[in-house]
Amino acid sequence: MKIMVAIKRVVDYAVKIRVKSDKSGVETQNVKMSMNPFCEIALEEALRIKEAGMASEVVAVTMGLKQCVDTLRTGLAMGADRGIHVETGGPLYPLSVAKLLRALVEVEKPGLLILGKQAIDDDCNQTGQMVAGLLNWPQGTFASKVVLDKEKQVVTVDREVDGGLETLCLDLPAVITTDLRLNQPRYATLPNIMKAKSKAIKKFSPEDLNVEIKSDIEEVQVTEPPKRKAGVILSSVDELIDKLKNEARVI
Amino acid sequence: MASVAALRALRKRISPSFTSRIIAFTSNSRSISTLVLAEHEGGAIKPQSVSAVKAAKSLSNDNPISLLLAGSGSALHEAAANAASCDPSVSEVLVADSDEFSHPLAEPWKGGYSHVITASGSFGKNILPRAAALLDVSPITDVIEISDPHLFVRPIYAGNALCTVRYTGAGPCLLTVRSTSFPVPSILANSKSNEAPITQVDLSTFGEDSVGKSRYVKHTSQDTERPDLGNARVVVTGGRALKSAENFKMIEKLAEKLAAAVGATRAAVDAGYVPNDLQVGQTGKIVAPELYMAFGVSGAIQHLAGMRDSKVIVAVNKDAEAPIFQVADYGLVGDIFEVIPELLEKLPETK
Repeated sequence: MKIMVAIKRVVDYAVKIRVKSDKSGVETQNVKMSMNPFCEIALEEALRIKEAGMASEVVAVTMGLKQCVDTLRTGLAMGADRGIHVETGGPLYPLSVAKLLRALVEVEKPGLLILGKQAIDDDCNQTGQMVAGLLNWPQGTFASKVVLDKEKQVVTVDREVDGGLETLCLDLPAVITTDLRLNQPRYATLPNIMKAKSKAIKKFSPEDLNVEIKSDIEEVQVTEPPKRKAGVILSSVDELIDKLKNEARVI
Repeated sequence: MASVAALRALRKRISPSFTSRIIAFTSNSRSISTLVLAEHEGGAIKPQSVSAVKAAKSLSNDNPISLLLAGSGSALHEAAANAASCDPSVSEVLVADSDEFSHPLAEPWKGGYSHVITASGSFGKNILPRAAALLDVSPITDVIEISDPHLFVRPIYAGNALCTVRYTGAGPCLLTVRSTSFPVPSILANSKSNEAPITQVDLSTFGEDSVGKSRYVKHTSQDTERPDLGNARVVVTGGRALKSAENFKMIEKLAEKLAAAVGATRAAVDAGYVPNDLQVGQTGKIVAPELYMAFGVSGAIQHLAGMRDSKVIVAVNKDAEAPIFQVADYGLVGDIFEVIPELLEKLPETK
């Protein structure tokens, strides 16, 4: 069985982002970019499944500008067998990504598609569910544990839901989206980084895949959130209780 | 405590097959009409769903709102009766009751709704994008403000930027709304006179193609007597500095005294002090209580994303440079192991 993993290049999670002064978006020039943390977890899980002898190949897929190849190389250095890059120019919304992924699934025929639960830039939390819907595959979202049964062709997924955990059993092929708790992604070692340079990356364009990139959403503006007014540093617990009681009136 | 029946209903509603039969409907009439996909538990509609109704109301003054509840058994019908009177603007309650619960969402679509709204909890986030893909429209996640029926504001980059988006599609507009941005009064007007009619959804006409591809196994819920984290008036949160699950009990005691919900940072959850579902942040719960008290929390971007809209923020940390102090209204630089016991002693009893 083949596993396909979708990865996204985003502004590094530790960067304090700046909103552009013309309100057209967030500054991404000269900003450190990395693989979306949830995608790292997705890739790690795929690699572990392969290492357990349950999968034959891990294919990492990314979509977007040509720089996304760097992120794909990171994925190959972590251990993905090969990469696919769908090069696009403008912004991509989850609906388009889901359609491109569906087209790639039809080409590659994986038994499992793993994605992160959300990208930390657009915070959409949509793509996995959308591609599952388009493929008519079952979905296990917000996974914190994945157990594959090759014999029965099912995957059991523990999901992080409001108020606890939920366990679902899905028939393969299936779509899984990863929560933070699923695993601890590995670091790429230097030899693996070197090896990754010779791994194959296949290029596609949306036209090759017969997907029309259109959008029914228009970004009107991006602004900074309202600033909180500066607070005060108090000197004692008594003062704190007094302020909460008499100034803020919250207790 | 959720009854077995409610839990059964809940799991069916969360299963992927739930959304898989949504049939595309086209007639997006000019007028606004909204379907709110509601969550229920133990025979009552969840407060988040009432927030979703509130959001639906803000779309337009003249907006017939239908509520859809799915599940099975008596708990569902109890919840439906409760939903019917939860808000005077609800014009109709649709009930999808099926023991097998195969394709509950399909039928109500024939109404040709212009908007479909659900609260952005794990339930709504799981279902709505799948429904959107089947309708070939882009859904909009975590809306915090509705400017006009097609103009919405939502946070991006962990709440560090706000993005205004216009929905330009021809199909219906699918939204998940952040319930803390559409607060409902804590006492719901249970005006029996305003009850909306309850209609059963006919589930018989729909096929079975993806049913059974996913099966519910079990649900492990965290038993808690404290208020629900997402809706609590006061939240007390502990971070890595608590050092152990044992010490974290101090936070719980303090929460008890304030009738507050307990929250945690990712570090505290990863270290095993408390279960995952207490995590506040970009990837956990988003809260906006009247009072948020953070103990031993440094204030990483990802944590701030989950609590920055709280009315009053209190931070106690021994590191005066901790970023949490930049958002705190009241900061106290000190050792939490001294401050918490003192607070426990001196805080007035909450009635």
